[in-house]
Amino acid sequence: MLKSKTFLKKTRAGGVMKIVREHYLRDDIGCGAPGCAACGGAHGGPALEPLPQDPASSLWPRPHYLLPDTNVLLHQIDVLEDPAIRNVIVLQTVLQEVRNRSAPVYKRIRDVTNNQEKHFYTFTNEHHRETYVEQEQGENANDRNDRAIRVAAKWYNEHLKKMSAENQLQVIFITNDRKNKEKAVEEGIPAFTCEEYVKSLTANPELIDRLACLSEEGKEIESGKIIFSEHLPLSKLQQGIKSGIYLQGTFRASRENYLEATVWIHGDTEENKEIILQGLKHLNRAVHEDIVAVELFPKSQWVAPSSVVLQDEGQNEDDVEKEEEREQMLKTAVNEKMLKPTGRVVGIIKRNWRPYCGMLSKSDIKESRRHLFTPADKRIPRIRIETRQASTLEGRRIIVAIDGWPRNSRYPNGHFVKNLGDVGEKETETEVLLLEHDVPHQPFSQAVLSFLPKMPWSITEKDMKNREDLRHLCVCSVDPPGCTDIDDALHCRELKNGNLEVGVHIADVSHFIRPGNALDQESARRGTTVYLCEKRIDMVPELLSSNLCSLRCNVDRLAFSCIWEMNHNAEILKTRFTKSVINSKASLTYAEAQMRIDSATVNDDITISLRGLNKLAKILKKGRIEKGALTLSSPEIRFHMDSETHDPIDLQTKELRETNSMVEEFMLLANISVAKKIHEEFSEHALLRKHPAPPPSNYEILVKAAKSKNLEIKTDTAKSLAQSLDQAESPAFPYLNTLLRILATRCMMQAVYFCSGMDNDFHHYGLASPIYTHFTSPIRRYADIIVHRLLAVAIGADCTYPELTDKHKLADICKNLNFRHKMAQYAQRASVAFHTQLFFKSKGIVSEEAYILFVRKNAIVVLIPKYGLEGTVFFEEKDKPKPHLIYDDEIPSLKIEGIVFHVFDKVKVKIMLDSSNLQHQKIRMALVEPQIPGISIPTDSSNADLNEPEKKKKKLEK
Amino acid sequence: MAGLELLSDQGYRVDGRRARELRKIQARMGVFAQADGSAYIEQGNTKALAVVYGVPRGIGGVRSRALPDRALVNCQYSSATFSTGERKRRPHGDRKSCEMGLQLRQTFEAAILTQLHPRSQIDIYVQVLQADGGTYAACVNAATLAVLDAGIPMRDFVCACSAGFVEGTALADLSHVEEAAGGPQLALALLPASGQIALLEMDARLHEDHLEQVLEAAAQAARDVHTLLDHVVRQHVREASILLGD
Repeated sequence: MLKSKTFLKKTRAGGVMKIVREHYLRDDIGCGAPGCAACGGAHGGPALEPLPQDPASSLWPRPHYLLPDTNVLLHQIDVLEDPAIRNVIVLQTVLQEVRNRSAPVYKRIRDVTNNQEKHFYTFTNEHHRETYVEQEQGENANDRNDRAIRVAAKWYNEHLKKMSAENQLQVIFITNDRKNKEKAVEEGIPAFTCEEYVKSLTANPELIDRLACLSEEGKEIESGKIIFSEHLPLSKLQQGIKSGIYLQGTFRASRENYLEATVWIHGDTEENKEIILQGLKHLNRAVHEDIVAVELFPKSQWVAPSSVVLQDEGQNEDDVEKEEEREQMLKTAVNEKMLKPTGRVVGIIKRNWRPYCGMLSKSDIKESRRHLFTPADKRIPRIRIETRQASTLEGRRIIVAIDGWPRNSRYPNGHFVKNLGDVGEKETETEVLLLEHDVPHQPFSQAVLSFLPKMPWSITEKDMKNREDLRHLCVCSVDPPGCTDIDDALHCRELKNGNLEVGVHIADVSHFIRPGNALDQESARRGTTVYLCEKRIDMVPELLSSNLCSLRCNVDRLAFSCIWEMNHNAEILKTRFTKSVINSKASLTYAEAQMRIDSATVNDDITISLRGLNKLAKILKKGRIEKGALTLSSPEIRFHMDSETHDPIDLQTKELRETNSMVEEFMLLANISVAKKIHEEFSEHALLRKHPAPPPSNYEILVKAAKSKNLEIKTDTAKSLAQSLDQAESPAFPYLNTLLRILATRCMMQAVYFCSGMDNDFHHYGLASPIYTHFTSPIRRYADIIVHRLLAVAIGADCTYPELTDKHKLADICKNLNFRHKMAQYAQRASVAFHTQLFFKSKGIVSEEAYILFVRKNAIVVLIPKYGLEGTVFFEEKDKPKPHLIYDDEIPSLKIEGIVFHVFDKVKVKIMLDSSNLQHQKIRMALVEPQIPGISIPTDSSNADLNEPEKKKKKLEK
Repeated sequence: MAGLELLSDQGYRVDGRRARELRKIQARMGVFAQADGSAYIEQGNTKALAVVYGVPRGIGGVRSRALPDRALVNCQYSSATFSTGERKRRPHGDRKSCEMGLQLRQTFEAAILTQLHPRSQIDIYVQVLQADGGTYAACVNAATLAVLDAGIPMRDFVCACSAGFVEGTALADLSHVEEAAGGPQLALALLPASGQIALLEMDARLHEDHLEQVLEAAAQAARDVHTLLDHVVRQHVREASILLGD
């Protein structure tokens, strides 16, 4: 192996330092084309095709490879990801530049490279003897890299010619840089811009839409009117942030009002944590989630967050005057106290754009190619895209990416990425809500599946190492009906000394998912299984989740057991953890288990075991509540699905049985025991879960609301809150207690995972436990897998690995898990909302009783107990005279035309489906009782009337 | 800005080597006429000079240090002020040099047949002229050649090499950039013929499961170094014998 050597000298400013690095040039780097005699066999892994056939380009009809430069890769990654584009050579120079400039694109290009079917090849040109280029005197780094890319392209062409002259195989250089292209053509390298090339692919016209429209930005001078002030350059922003003129924060657009946004300031200062931005100009082209720099206004210009709901509806582009008018609407007289720090965006520090789901709003002009795209997420502005397929895309859900936002444009420019399908179709909508909540839901890749155990699988000698045989125990599982991923099972038996032995057996997923492999990485990325109404997005492949890991009855399964010895007062005498093999004797549903416990005639082992568990669980629960654990309530609904069409037929709120709380009690106990153990063993890197106590201000709504009903809620400790909630009963109003609990739930903070070495507050507020973790559902939560691994190491049943005891890595995992859990929750809610719509669509219009949960400035939020459904009743509608509204923030109450609404008031509302906006079909509620002339809908209409088609139509027209 | 990628997907390191490849090694023996033995080695950009004074000198000065049954090995390490990117004055006998001196002493006590020369002293002086990672290894290799040049009987060559661990792969012969990235780093001095380890040192955390792989990489690299040094010694002997033959 020949090595030659040159030196690269680098000088770094600031204490001048000379760095000498070696740079070896090699002659054994393959060109990536199989069958190449000159360098055959020198490469493994993904390679180019020997004779690329498919991309029939009209510009270059002969077979060819593509060689894009850095900017093409950075900006046109959407095009490159398309299956039509294959056989691309990615140079090391290009890859390094991409890596330095954009981590997400780098990750995407790596994924593409790893996909065997795409035939992407990474050529290590910087270390190749013939393609290495030294920086010349007076040449800057960019020019050098461009030259290196051209040299590599030229080398390829000569090399390929040597390989087989008759094929006329060539490399086409793709660059959007005009100068670079000219130089390449001069040197005899066929070069095109990305646009030229993509347009020449006659077989794939849809690719054109995926092109990012960057090139046009400079040339085009639209109306010429500049709407936004210029963004300051990064250097100035950093200076400003350092000196305190500007503040850095995350931009969060308001869901309800497109002219308003808040910026969460990074850092620890308590004051000015949140800055309000109002008006299009002050938002200055920032998009939700961007990291921005803001300038704070003097106090005289501060405003209060408006409680007005505003939607961007202007079909006309660029009519700014109207906006100004609307902005005035926001500024209402408010008292001094309400004013919040206000500011404007001066510059963008980091864009956090991602592809957005939404729908096309077709332009009014028939031939126009430019259309506006309305994202499903209301916090994202509309995006202008260019497409020829507007008519086919109409009424469909599509994905669009933003390319840029020029100063003279009301809307950002973007390009079309993907067509998801027809709007309203269940599959499309599910896809949309998964995408919008960033839930990874692609089928598992081959690489991931390759780490699954081979079927038929059985327990071998090797598996039995460090494992206890518990197959003789009478273990059973209790789960909701239809559950296929059973991750917990229980047993209880009396010991000879009169004590009870209770065991919680959890599926041993960490036995199958070994740290660091593709399967592990994928599960870590997904973080959690997402349960939608009719679908489950698994965290681990189905073979594991529903078969090998699932603790089904009458088969031998590997488990991780937590076994306590307890006395009859449920006091733990001894705790023991072990990996085990179990054989579950029965898989019961909650109802079945309840029936066994209740019926006196059944006296088999399983039932005795269940009764023992149930008895202990009751004692445990009592103890927990005495300690101050909260029982909160949230209206949960369940759909009865049609088995054929999977359409929801009926809605039902979830029912709770004794057995539910029995299983829950032991899971909590196991989690707490495990948390103690792993924290004892790994004080620095235990993965725990905490639930911080909410700040007192969070309870304000609850206390005020209770006061209006002459009840007092104490919120100083969890215990007093729990007690005062228990006492808050009103004989005349039995549902009040549930409502209060629902409100209390809204006051709570999110529970989060964290690494014990990075935090010192471990308390779990809701469960009133000093320490807590998740151990009991490794099939559907990744956190549990990590906890299993930690516990296995702690008891010496498994070996450790470096990442496990790296608290920074663990903190990263926690961050991802917290994000995924939040997103999974949102996706779940969105799925319920969508199915509720489907349900009401089939049901027509109904009137129901409801309670007011919140009072807003121009609306009330109500809850319908029958369906567990929450909705907003608006009192202002466009094209209608505004009613006289008086909003009182202190009580809070809303007075409309003499009728006052308080929190918890009982009203009657009409529920209907509003399809006026196809994209956001929603449940709409209108007031029926109390009657307010001009606002509420007449009560005389009975249910029969409501189904009258004529009437329905009228309402939808509004 | 992302940090440096120490090992690319294609399996190349920052300087273009593959995981198990050594840097270019050049060595010369007998660079100084006055010393009993001397050698100069370049391992990539790491350059070291070793000088040996030894047998049959008795111990001068402090007699009490003499050992009744074997020779005393005395090692001193120093590095030139200009050896690193930043110019730094390192006083003689600072902690780092002392530690390195001790390590070298341990290494060579294991290799030199000290019992052949009781009550005598062998002095090994090593100076690093340029440091670019793997200083210990370069010092040991240079000193081996110098000791051989002095004609002091040894059990075997002592060949040293460093190894690191990045993303599940063991890297042999770390350069300064790779060392500075802060992964685990292992230094190994090996007697290649017997496969005995003269010195093994590691100062970062590495899980024991991976130790074997890293150790194997270092050992293989040390054996490769041996092949090269052996070639240098033979070359030197050939040249010397030609001169004697005249």
